[in-house]
Amino acid sequence: MRFSRPLMILAVMLAMFGLADIVLVDAAGHAQGANPFGGNPFGGSAAAAPPDGIVGWLLAKQAEFYRGLSTLIRQARTDGTAVWGLLGLSFLYGIFHAAGPGHGKAVISSYVIANDETWRRGVALSFASAFLQALVAVAVVGIAAVLLGVTAARMNDAVRIIEIVSYGLIALIGLRLMWVKGRGLVSALRDRNHENHAHAHHDHEHHGHGHDGHHHHDHAHVHSHHDHGHDSHGHRHDDHCGHSHGPEPKDLAGPGGWRRGLAAIFAVGLRPCSGAILVLVFAFAQGLFWAGVASAFIMGFGTALTVAAIAVFAVGAKGLAMRLLGHSGGSGVLVLRGVELLAAVLVFLFGLALLMGYMANERLMGF
Amino acid sequence: MVSSLSRAFAAAVAAFACAFAAAPAQAHPHVFVKMASELVYAPDGSVTGVRHAWTFDDMFSAYATQGLDQKEKGRFTREELAPLAEINVTSLKEYDFFTFAKADGRTALFDPPVDYWLDYTDEVLTLHYTLPLKKAVKAKALELEVYDPSYFVEFSFREKDPVALVGAPAQCKATMAKPPEAELNKARRLSEAFFDQLGAGTVDAQLANRISVAC
Repeated sequence: MRFSRPLMILAVMLAMFGLADIVLVDAAGHAQGANPFGGNPFGGSAAAAPPDGIVGWLLAKQAEFYRGLSTLIRQARTDGTAVWGLLGLSFLYGIFHAAGPGHGKAVISSYVIANDETWRRGVALSFASAFLQALVAVAVVGIAAVLLGVTAARMNDAVRIIEIVSYGLIALIGLRLMWVKGRGLVSALRDRNHENHAHAHHDHEHHGHGHDGHHHHDHAHVHSHHDHGHDSHGHRHDDHCGHSHGPEPKDLAGPGGWRRGLAAIFAVGLRPCSGAILVLVFAFAQGLFWAGVASAFIMGFGTALTVAAIAVFAVGAKGLAMRLLGHSGGSGVLVLRGVELLAAVLVFLFGLALLMGYMANERLMGF
Repeated sequence: MVSSLSRAFAAAVAAFACAFAAAPAQAHPHVFVKMASELVYAPDGSVTGVRHAWTFDDMFSAYATQGLDQKEKGRFTREELAPLAEINVTSLKEYDFFTFAKADGRTALFDPPVDYWLDYTDEVLTLHYTLPLKKAVKAKALELEVYDPSYFVEFSFREKDPVALVGAPAQCKATMAKPPEAELNKARRLSEAFFDQLGAGTVDAQLANRISVAC
């Protein structure tokens, strides 16, 4: 039973990670779980606590934010100061809309969990992918509508191709993480067995040395080999177990580390958001394309803040769980590896579901 | 210890399921349609079809007309918009025209649309089309629902004459019902389509704009 306390704490931390989405962005929808209908903040229902009420109200106002964008672009045609309002609203819309499909919130937070990223990298990934997302939207509309003057149907085709590439990349990244983390879990399992059967040490030590030859694989593999290494050298590093899984500096700064990050940024950021595209085309039609461009980037900034907040929360929850598990040795490692594998499976499933169209993403335009 | 391990895993799975479920949340419509619908009656008092007029919001209208040939800037003739109207009705088939009819409790099916055209006035598009019922029905109670279960398109009745009965027997009366605000708020937070795919979606019909005709 000596593991039960840290494990329970881990379970709580993980639940909190799951709840991070909810706390930060779905407050009205989920946190008031007792009330399945969410409650109308204006309905006079005493059940709506003020903070939830405000967040819920803002969330419900999302569609109005969106509609307000077109009104402000129209106004900006005659009144230049309306542009400030447009930028402010774009920012709010970005923040609150970020949780929507196609904004990479779930993919990024699963990715940082699975890939054992630092919060800094979580933030960097969120900002880079949101920036890329805005850039792609501007590029698509800029090239297709402004320069080439193609129809919406052609633009839809272009976006569809980008989508397929983006979702395929997400699935591939998930697949790769599953492979790496699956091996991590297997080696953690093996370590546990060794703990229980001290006699196996000698055999294992030989294995451990043999594995050194595999270090050329790629950086992500290093984690699992390290664990293996610790164990094979007679448990000397056991007390460090909880800490040794954090990304090591060479993982982050090394070329492989950034390349990995870049793949994730592209996978998530490639797909432009429908809202941004519609705003851009509308701004162009109103003869204010630049206002649309500014709006798209500010929207991206708002999106990045939300996604980054969730990523930081996810990393923090995992880090805390790791510290708490520092003393529980083998089984704690096992749980962490299992969770990472689970997160990797999720990244893969996100990609697959999006690719197959099972997960409702923002339709760019069906008709 | 085994039980606490499995408990931790169960909690982890639950946490991820939460994250997964929350992923497609916060859907909000990107297209807004103000609609008016007419129920068309045959001389014998049976309903033959529905005549829709759907006015799109300005952003979608700008998007849809992007790149279309026009003789005069800022204006589109019905002829210039004909190819777009064709695309509209063709693509809408996939979504069952967002229109669902029940005659005396039984689902009534529609034939492909006829008499369709687009109109461009005040920078917004209006799609006019008629959905003929496969079989004209005489019904005591006719229910017509218009909505997008995935809530990408938000339908609402237009202010002026949203519902009309054309050539209906005198005793027939139409009433309309908007989706309750609470349901719209819920849909704004959760993508219904996602839950549909999990087989849990039964609430989506709550989003419907409902026209009921009692004869």
